[in-house]
Amino acid sequence: MSTRLRAYIFRHRRAYLTGFVLSIISTGVALVNPWVLRQAVDSIRAGAPPRALLLLAAAYVGVALLGGFIRFRWRMRMLGAGRRIEYEIRNDYFAHLQRLHQGFFHHTRTGDLMARGINDLNAVSRLVGAGIMHSFNTVVMFLAASALMMTIDPPLAAVVLIILPLVSLVFVALGRRIHKQYERVQEQFSTISARAQENFSGIRVVKAFAQETAQIETFSAINREYVRRSLRLARTAGALWPAMTFILGLAAAAVLWQGGLAVVAGRITLGQLVQFFGYLMMLSWPMIALGWTTTLFQQAFASMSRLEEIFNTKPAIASPEAAGDERLRGAIEFRNVSLSYNGTPVIRDVTLAIPAGSTVAIVGPTGSGKSTLASLIPRIVDVTAGEVLVDGRDVRAYSLAALRGSIGMVPQEPFLFSDTLEENLAWGAWAGDGHRVREAAEIAQLARDVAEFPLGYQTMVGERGVTLSGGQKQRATIARALARDPAILILDDALSSVDTRTEEEILQGLRRFAATRTSILISHRISTVRHADLIVVLDEGRIVERGTHESLLAAGGLYADLYQKQLLQEALEADESLPS
Amino acid sequence: MSIGFQEDEVLGKAYDARLMRRLLTYVRPYRAQVVLSVVLLVLTSAAGLAGPYLVRIAIDEHIAPKRLDGLGLVILAYAGALVAAFLLRYAQSYVMQWVGQQAMYRLRMDLFSHLQRLSVAFYTRQPVGRLITRVTNDIDALNEMITQGVVAVFGDLFTLVLIVGIMLYMDWRLALATMVVLPTIIGFTARFRVQARESYRAVRVRLARINAFLNEHIMGMGIVQLFSREAREFERFDALNRDHLTANMASLRSFAIFHPMVGAMSAVAVAVIIGYGGIQATAGAISVGLVVAFIQYAQRFFEPIEDLAEKYNILQAAMASSERIFRVLDEPVEVQDWPDPVRADRVRGEIEFRDVWFAYEPTSPGADGQTGGGPRGVEGGSASARAEDWVLRGVSFRIQPGESVALVGHTGAGKSSIINLITRFYDPQRGQVLVDGTDVRYWEQRDLRRHIGLVLQDVFLFSGTIEDNIRLGTAHITDDQVRRAAEFVNASSFIERLPGGFRAVVQERGATLSVGQKQLIAFARAIAHNPEVLLVLDEATSSVDTETEILIQDALRRVMRGRTSIIIAHRLSTIQHVDRILVIHKGRIVEEGTHRDLLGRGGIYTKLYQLQYRDQELRPVARTGVAPSGAAGPGAGDLGAGEGEGGGDG
Repeated sequence: MSTRLRAYIFRHRRAYLTGFVLSIISTGVALVNPWVLRQAVDSIRAGAPPRALLLLAAAYVGVALLGGFIRFRWRMRMLGAGRRIEYEIRNDYFAHLQRLHQGFFHHTRTGDLMARGINDLNAVSRLVGAGIMHSFNTVVMFLAASALMMTIDPPLAAVVLIILPLVSLVFVALGRRIHKQYERVQEQFSTISARAQENFSGIRVVKAFAQETAQIETFSAINREYVRRSLRLARTAGALWPAMTFILGLAAAAVLWQGGLAVVAGRITLGQLVQFFGYLMMLSWPMIALGWTTTLFQQAFASMSRLEEIFNTKPAIASPEAAGDERLRGAIEFRNVSLSYNGTPVIRDVTLAIPAGSTVAIVGPTGSGKSTLASLIPRIVDVTAGEVLVDGRDVRAYSLAALRGSIGMVPQEPFLFSDTLEENLAWGAWAGDGHRVREAAEIAQLARDVAEFPLGYQTMVGERGVTLSGGQKQRATIARALARDPAILILDDALSSVDTRTEEEILQGLRRFAATRTSILISHRISTVRHADLIVVLDEGRIVERGTHESLLAAGGLYADLYQKQLLQEALEADESLPS
Repeated sequence: MSIGFQEDEVLGKAYDARLMRRLLTYVRPYRAQVVLSVVLLVLTSAAGLAGPYLVRIAIDEHIAPKRLDGLGLVILAYAGALVAAFLLRYAQSYVMQWVGQQAMYRLRMDLFSHLQRLSVAFYTRQPVGRLITRVTNDIDALNEMITQGVVAVFGDLFTLVLIVGIMLYMDWRLALATMVVLPTIIGFTARFRVQARESYRAVRVRLARINAFLNEHIMGMGIVQLFSREAREFERFDALNRDHLTANMASLRSFAIFHPMVGAMSAVAVAVIIGYGGIQATAGAISVGLVVAFIQYAQRFFEPIEDLAEKYNILQAAMASSERIFRVLDEPVEVQDWPDPVRADRVRGEIEFRDVWFAYEPTSPGADGQTGGGPRGVEGGSASARAEDWVLRGVSFRIQPGESVALVGHTGAGKSSIINLITRFYDPQRGQVLVDGTDVRYWEQRDLRRHIGLVLQDVFLFSGTIEDNIRLGTAHITDDQVRRAAEFVNASSFIERLPGGFRAVVQERGATLSVGQKQLIAFARAIAHNPEVLLVLDEATSSVDTETEILIQDALRRVMRGRTSIIIAHRLSTIQHVDRILVIHKGRIVEEGTHRDLLGRGGIYTKLYQLQYRDQELRPVARTGVAPSGAAGPGAGDLGAGEGEGGGDG
């Protein structure tokens, strides 16, 4: 058991300890009723008065009620502890994910993280709840019942104690085979899934090459194999419960036979034989549970180690210790900054000073490193070499909250959460900045759209809300960044889905807004960047040109080339002289 | 275990007669097996319940009167019943599994075959993940219902009836006395069932919420961190998690009460037997063995009742799944074959468009550009306005057999739509598309497509070997033809260098192959199928190394020879070599001619040429050294100039 899991359990030691005590008491009480039955049978044989039998009947109900009550407390206590631990692990899991750096999320699939958070957590939850509860109870029940049986008649007890453990053995033995065959079934299930995915994703190729029939045939073959494996599993798994019942029945038959002989021989009374039957019945579930928990423990430990893999991942980007919480002015400087991913250089020796309050635009072809350069400022990634400074201090010297708290960033992919528009816009705003949200929506040219929504700012957006157009999403993410009242504003290609006229309106609003802030505009559109104080042209991770719109045009380099192309493109788009 | 995090997936009816009837059509062919299974189940119950009766005989006739002869026989009968119960139960469960698997196989194949007939448009509307869930998890949920649901419920009911019957037979007065608790227990179970269902549902709904939240926040973690929302989001997560815990505890409580309550109720029944039965027995009216047997039956009486309550969830999940499956099965086939279609062994390869107007189906207002292509991704016009939706506006042209034509146009001009219409992935709203003078709608789709080789820009590789990917499922293409096709398009040299050569297994959809190599495989695939018409979508893709680029250009020229070819050209070398260029602009053909003619005209083509092709003269091959597209990192995905068009139209 891992240290982490032990720590969770240890935190709830009181619940577990009382649970164990209740388990012992509950077992003790449960063992009384077979004795009551014995008394009843022997009383009948002895021709006892009706009062004695009625008393025994009342005792039987009384014991059952008491036992039921203790069982209830016991289950609540132990299973409840399990659920609480599940709750704690889930919270810790989410909190830990929040601390991990972006790079981690780039190379780990969401589905994988979800599977750990759902299936693996579920397995661990079963262990800390039902698993621990049943395994402890089995031990107590087995010891107590065998001790009692021994006091009645050792040879008869020996017969039972030899046969019963077979239940656990069969469970473990069959269980192992079932597990293997189940994995083979699951493997084939994945094959079906992968085949289906391939077919659906490549449906154009399938249709273009008239492969439908061939695809159906292949799929059918895979499915037949799935049926074959499933039925093979059914042949093993189908034997499990019948086998359990069979062995338990065998024990009963042995008791009836040997016990019958003992009664005839006068070694025990008929009542004691009945009592024996009672213990036998009480032991059947713990015996099954023993086998069940063995498998459960194996699965849960495997699951816990998968969860630990995540817990043991250290965040690559974290706040330094003893960092202040000041608000920044927004002077940015890149000093000989280089960055590589797995040895591939993305940024090469960039040096660039951006005075507080100025507007800088970054342009360049696809893959030239524009976004990466900007993402160094809020420490989405850290440099490989060199330094990024804000207000003269290395970004790594600030607390992440202080650094990011001064930055409003609009990433390329507009991502909104499933919540109201209002909540989404106020996402990064400081509390009580309601008017700022409206103002931001005005500047981002979103307010007009909102006015047309029946629910206005209370409209639900995101995955389960209304679908916004690409442009609306972008404008919402711009408003979200502006509402934060940031010292540094970064727009990463944030106007690509917005038409030119709206773009112009947003840029005008931004110019007023940006007058007192440092702004970084990343774009491939000249119209977005032409008014910037400084334009930087990036190519293959290097700054190849820098200057104002006019000076760069005059230089006739990459920027001028880009400008020419944009003019052509606009000409094509605006070309309405064609017959219509 | 499936990962479901949609709330609506956990709410639904547990029984729907209409769905059930439809589901039963899949079980109907196996009626005989189902009947057999029911018979086996009845016998299993009977064999299982023989035990207490035999105990009674053993006690009354042998143990109590101390008569040993014959006890061995009773024990033997007891053991025999055990063996019989074991075999019967095993056989029953296997027969039902068998039925379930067969029905599931049929349903899955029906679903998959139907999906093969649905149009490309359907696939652009449906996320692939959702369709996969339909053919996998949803169908398995139905299997569970068949194997554990319906028949098992029947078995439980039968066991109940049988116990009552035996008890009445043994002593009807004691039986009736024992059953005084029955109304209470049935009432209690019914109430518990409602409560358990509600609390179980509450737990599922809350878990779904947590998982949806988790999923969304893992995807949007960048935004959470950028906006320093960690503490706030943790609070929200904690609230959801706590809510789930509360629901979980409530559910736990109702189960923790239920089981001891049923136990207590069964204790009352046993007490009645001890009291009433015991007094009768001391009076000599009934035997001790009968009392013991009654106690054993009473203890078994409650197992099926507890069991019944738990079958509900299986049924509910199955209903929800079947509803989703049938919705896909009911999806109409949009592009249908003509009842009496034209078929041909060879075609000449003449292609004609006659005043074709085409729009991808209107998307819902406000939808972003993921479903359609081209201009709708960008704002600037409401998507619902029909006039804005036309991708092709009265396009007419004729291509002679063997002629090679390049389609040239700005992003979103409608080039790929022309290809989508020739292959009949879509049907035009107005006008006609003809192959060899026959409207493509009169062709059988599969026959039509057999004559067309399509090379897509984004080369799709299936799992399997290189050879499999060239041949696809077309069995009559020999190994030799595969190799000759690869040779012809310059692909064999790199394929032979792979470990295993043509038998090399394609890893992860070809992640280990370069973009250029994948393109060569796509050419080989098209050529191996020896089509009369070749359609190539060759728009700008990421960098291809110099050596491969030369091979591709050469291969392109060779595959076009002797075939009607329509190329959406990215390479300057291609447009320089085709017989004719059609310039598409805003859904119309605005210019046509050879490269030289068109350049001389100084129209749209000239602008396009300067925008898209001129650079290739300066830099004849694509630049190398750009960061590989797979490089993880925020900078890897930014869009450059003029590459706004997503994966082609539709």
